[in-house]
Amino acid sequence: MTAIYNCIELTNINKFFGDTRVLTNVSLEVQSGTIYGLLGPSGCGKTTTVKIMSGILNATSGSAMVLGKEMPSLSVMNEIGYLAQSDALYTNLTGVENLKFFGKIYGLSGKSLENSIKKVLELVNLNEDLNKPVFAFSGGMKRRLSLAISLLHGPKILLLDEPTVGIDPLLRQSIWDELYALAAGGITILVTTHVMDEAEKCSQLSMMRNGVILATGSPEEIIRGSSSKNLEEAFIYYSKGGDGHSR
Amino acid sequence: MAIRVKAIALRILTELKHDKRTLALVLFAPVLMLTLIFFVLNSSLNNSNVGVLNASSDYYDRLYENNVTATRFLNEKAAFDSLKNGDITAVINIVNGKSTIYVDGSNSQEANMTISLLEAAKKVPQPGRPDTVSDIIYIYGADDLETFDNFGAVLIGVLVFFFVFIVAGMSFLQERTTGTLEKILSTPIKRWELVLGYVLGFGALTVIQSLLITFYVVYVLGVMMVGSIWLVLLITLLTAVCALTLGMLLSAAASSQFQMLQFIPIVVVPQIFFCGLFQLSPGWDVFGRGMPLFYSAQALNEVMLRGNGFEAIALDVLVLFSFSLIFIFGNIRLLKKYRNI
Repeated sequence: MTAIYNCIELTNINKFFGDTRVLTNVSLEVQSGTIYGLLGPSGCGKTTTVKIMSGILNATSGSAMVLGKEMPSLSVMNEIGYLAQSDALYTNLTGVENLKFFGKIYGLSGKSLENSIKKVLELVNLNEDLNKPVFAFSGGMKRRLSLAISLLHGPKILLLDEPTVGIDPLLRQSIWDELYALAAGGITILVTTHVMDEAEKCSQLSMMRNGVILATGSPEEIIRGSSSKNLEEAFIYYSKGGDGHSR
Repeated sequence: MAIRVKAIALRILTELKHDKRTLALVLFAPVLMLTLIFFVLNSSLNNSNVGVLNASSDYYDRLYENNVTATRFLNEKAAFDSLKNGDITAVINIVNGKSTIYVDGSNSQEANMTISLLEAAKKVPQPGRPDTVSDIIYIYGADDLETFDNFGAVLIGVLVFFFVFIVAGMSFLQERTTGTLEKILSTPIKRWELVLGYVLGFGALTVIQSLLITFYVVYVLGVMMVGSIWLVLLITLLTAVCALTLGMLLSAAASSQFQMLQFIPIVVVPQIFFCGLFQLSPGWDVFGRGMPLFYSAQALNEVMLRGNGFEAIALDVLVLFSFSLIFIFGNIRLLKKYRNI
């Protein structure tokens, strides 16, 4: 990879909601073509971090650079696919209608919209009947439809907030297979998760707790650096104040 | 970009197409309500029942001529029993030219009408003197104008406002609570494109709604309508846009659909009271001037009952338009809470 800049670069990000401090000096670098994991319990600030990267939220202080531009930037937002924690779908509409709507919001139309829809449905392995309303979909179908929607416009970066939460293990495996395929295709992926063993599937990892990054590195580096047997032990070690910068 | 605005508007219409109940609520609930109000108001008291103790037979005959059903009673007890039962509204007793009326005043409207009919029958008409009778010329309205005619014009505005407010507010609230708003705002859409899409989508719906209600009121219920139907449509459409943008704006302050419903007694009901549907003592009507429905009602009356043209409603239209613009910009601003750019 000959990237001249890091794909995502957060530097000393602080975020307050009113008087509540949610993020404290969060810094992380995501290189192009990697699957980067953000691991931490719920409420630790993962979603806020992702929203700052996606341009939905503004940091109170610090800089958030994505593809070399300061966020929020509408032009960069066109290069990002964002999958929120909840399936943000219109349940009254059919699967196809959802795809078409979001495609048009990304500025696609006509033939290119048709082609994009076909391509992303193949990518996420969604070949069930998409002409029924979304409220009749299973949880797994809704997740894959949401994932398909966030890929419609051919983004360079995919931000996935807890993409596999509440999904059966088989489907989780297939989603991860898809993520590997996407990364191999040159898409940079950032995934948040609170499941330790899922974090091992990432090439790079940041552990997060109470709005602070505890440790950064590859899963092996993090485990080795804390002389632990697994990520769970490593998480506990760093939470108690171990030195997190294993690289 | 126009494609995004169009996508939002089309999506709203597609959602409504799939949600037939909500569509029916917007289109047919106002029609049903208008029909009910029409029958309730127009079926009211056309004749009165009274009892007569002592009166000349001339007076008795004149009561009949005035559409009063009179029953003679031989003693007071029988008359008062009948009054207590509710068979008659009043008892009249005329002794030596001095009349006494005993009246059941529990329904003031009925009682007043009966009293005035009883009084009117005392006047002996003088056939030879037509000059004692006034010629009545109607500048506005007509002699056969019924209660509903006074209400109908204003009710169009009230019902359009009510239903559009609810449906648009709920729809935008759902967008917030399901996360689709956030998803949309994670795309390069501009905030004004989102708001404009909503206005156009629900605007298209309200065109159909306004057409249906207006034509129903004018041609099926036969409410007095002397002005231009296109002006009526213009007013209802502006009313709808006001309701829609206000509903969207207030949905930001609601965290559940139940909280959205709580705005009805706070935002909608006072407007109904102050919009001109009821005669208010001077001073009170000042409150109405801060409310969109006041201008909508005023304009509808000007057009439908008085037959005036655009000049007469220009100011009302301007005010409604300004309300809409303020609400639209309010919405665009408020979305900053969700995305700063």
